[in-house]
Amino acid sequence: MSQSLLQELAKLLPAVALLTSKESLTPYECDGLSVYKGLPLAVVLPQTIEQAQAIIRLCQQQHTPIIARGAGTGLAGGAMPTQGAVVLSLAKFNQILDIDVENRTATVQPGVRNLAISDAVAGHGLYYAPDPSSQIACTIGGNVAENSGGVHCLKYGLTVHNVLGVKFLSVDGELIELGGKVLDDAGYDILALLHGSEGLLGVMVEITVKLLPKPEVAKVCMVIFDDIEKAGQAVCDVIAAGIVPAGLEMMDKLAIEAAEAYAKAGYPIDAEAIVLCEVDGTEDGVAEFIDKVEVVLKQSGAVETRVSQSEAERMQFWAGRKAAFPAVGRLAPDYYCMDGTIPKAKLAQVLKQIALWSDEFGLPVANVFHAGDGNMHPLILYDANAKGELEKTEAFGKKILELCVQVGGTITGEHGVGVEKLDSMCVQFGKLELSQFLAIKDVFDDEGLLNPGKAVPTLHRCAELGRMHVHNGQLPHPELERF
Amino acid sequence: MGNLTQQLQTQIESAYQTETALNIIGGDSKSWYGREPVGEPVHVGEHQGIVNYMPSELVVTVRAGTKLSDIADALDQHKQRLPFDPPYFGKSATIGGTVACNFSGPRRPYAGSCRDYVLGCTMLNGKGEILKFGGEVMKNVAGFDVSRLMAGSLGTLGVLLDVSFKILPHRLAEQTVVIDADFKQAIKLMNHWAGTPLPVTAMCADGQAVYFRICGAPSAVERSQREIGGSMYDDGKTFWKDLREHQLPFFNTDKILYRLSVPAASTFTHLEGTVANDWFIGWGGAQRWLTSDLPFVVIQDYAKKLGGHARIMRGGDRTEEVFAPLSPALMTLHKKLKHSFDPKGILNPGRMYKDL
Repeated sequence: MSQSLLQELAKLLPAVALLTSKESLTPYECDGLSVYKGLPLAVVLPQTIEQAQAIIRLCQQQHTPIIARGAGTGLAGGAMPTQGAVVLSLAKFNQILDIDVENRTATVQPGVRNLAISDAVAGHGLYYAPDPSSQIACTIGGNVAENSGGVHCLKYGLTVHNVLGVKFLSVDGELIELGGKVLDDAGYDILALLHGSEGLLGVMVEITVKLLPKPEVAKVCMVIFDDIEKAGQAVCDVIAAGIVPAGLEMMDKLAIEAAEAYAKAGYPIDAEAIVLCEVDGTEDGVAEFIDKVEVVLKQSGAVETRVSQSEAERMQFWAGRKAAFPAVGRLAPDYYCMDGTIPKAKLAQVLKQIALWSDEFGLPVANVFHAGDGNMHPLILYDANAKGELEKTEAFGKKILELCVQVGGTITGEHGVGVEKLDSMCVQFGKLELSQFLAIKDVFDDEGLLNPGKAVPTLHRCAELGRMHVHNGQLPHPELERF
Repeated sequence: MGNLTQQLQTQIESAYQTETALNIIGGDSKSWYGREPVGEPVHVGEHQGIVNYMPSELVVTVRAGTKLSDIADALDQHKQRLPFDPPYFGKSATIGGTVACNFSGPRRPYAGSCRDYVLGCTMLNGKGEILKFGGEVMKNVAGFDVSRLMAGSLGTLGVLLDVSFKILPHRLAEQTVVIDADFKQAIKLMNHWAGTPLPVTAMCADGQAVYFRICGAPSAVERSQREIGGSMYDDGKTFWKDLREHQLPFFNTDKILYRLSVPAASTFTHLEGTVANDWFIGWGGAQRWLTSDLPFVVIQDYAKKLGGHARIMRGGDRTEEVFAPLSPALMTLHKKLKHSFDPKGILNPGRMYKDL
């Protein structure tokens, strides 16, 4: 069957747009989470909606799974190919179709890079707000599929808050349009449902995003703490004082050391924690708020506060944070990035527990957080070549995610479930919710051809695992001490 | 008053058994919205209470029957608010009904909609099963986003039990300014200022003038009002509230009230059979109100040409469709989605579309 599928695909596409040899498929064997790999049957790179439609219809006829793929920067294995599947790369859908300055919208193809949108509209004083760390490379189609966040989403929202419309292909190749340049649409909010659906419900082929006027000015206050608990409390204090920073980030000692060695951002390496608090808006507004931020943070026990005095200095303060992942990557052969979100007030409790487990497992952890919205990125350092270390790391990671659920949070804030967190989904959701997710999948794709085996575990898997759903923050046997 | 989960669950379970249509009612302040309600009433209005409020987390979780006014009071004590500025349309308005309708006020284009601030929900599906989606944190991509799907679904997918929202602090200062302008000029002005970083949080036009509300740090408000110009409007608070609640004289009409959702900068083109006085433009141009007895299909065509859609907000024949028609493919998806939540079609049947 696969031979006939390849022959049919060859009729639909020019030779360069159909990859089938092992060498040409290998670059597609994983996404940003390289511990999970697989080789697909083929990779197709259509350039038009008609081609994509024809491919999807063909795959449907031949009951072949389709895995849509953007830049492959995802961190949960959501774009990992499975055997026998066709990877549908949207890389050639890379055109900005319309920039509507008056309505402040841009209509783009899914393969357009996140940052390319802001670059294209910068001349009009506009930008696209969501800014995942991978924004240089990641594509807007992938952003919709993952509902990507970023450093500034506390104030400006996630992808779902900044997309006005999409055109997507259903599993039978039908082109369906949702929204447009308008603020809402008739019927159910299927646009919201598609956000974060990880390629399980349809293939995005066109996206209309909202553009915002660039703030006049942004200033960042770098705040140094000698105690991480104080830093955690300070983050809550800023919010409680009625300030909504554009960004509110935090790093622990190990992350600071690594980032400073890598990016020379001017971070004091003897600090226990650093908080970066950015305020943006009009000149006058920012001046007023940044003063307030400094006062609040000093009251919260900051050792020192430094406000950026120029755009160059602001960029320098951020450079360390933005380079935190590669910087930490130099500390060990491999690192494993977690993505749980917790209520901010539980930060100290969760950090303490992670530190205890870190000792127990013998695996160091560097902590980087989007503190403003409670999204944590503990980076577990390990060596994939050391026997059993990956398994140990995964076990440690799952414990962290379970803890996130237990304190009232979630297993994934912005990276998605992919293949990585399927088991943890069994902890976060009960049978009824998982059944509803599966039913929704069924509504859009009853044969299970769109990115099968990702994002939502089967009930069977959860049962096999014997994992218990954490109900109302209570694990089974609450009498047992877990901290 | 309090937790009525069990009663509500029992009622739905039995309606599921007997295949009885249910009409979900909160504060009964919006029974005029959507198609004609049918079925046995399910009263959620007594299912009240703030379940969890964490001011420094910017999160609140409330039972669906909680009154909007009670929520506003509780948040106000910590100088916080529901950011989407929900219209009440009656003192008894509940948060559940607000979410079911996805109603947002004049601040919507700048702050976001009701749906945007939903973080999670607990609901009863059409079998009476209790399901919980999303949560109480701002970033959460575990599982499909069912809680946002609930917003605007008019109770056709489930009975909301509680909903969690992201909330925001109050703004420090506020000022409204007015400039004389006809609709065409007003649309230009509104979209011009919306494209600048000035902290404008509401804009509307009545054909005579354009109104701007500016909120933020006192110094920024002062400067914005200087730049935008026009004259100061003394009782801005009342004006925006009256607009939100449809209490302005414009809304006092016996004709059908149509709502058009269109690209904000769409020019104000003449629609035959209407005059300027029949129109009111809100949301900086993106939401346009029309009072008219022209047939719905005429208004739909007009909105569609502008790149948007129209609905009947109030009045008209509610046994017919009141929302813009869906493409066949989309309607199929809607029916299947409805069936996946409510297999016997007992929850608010026909409230959104005849066949849904």
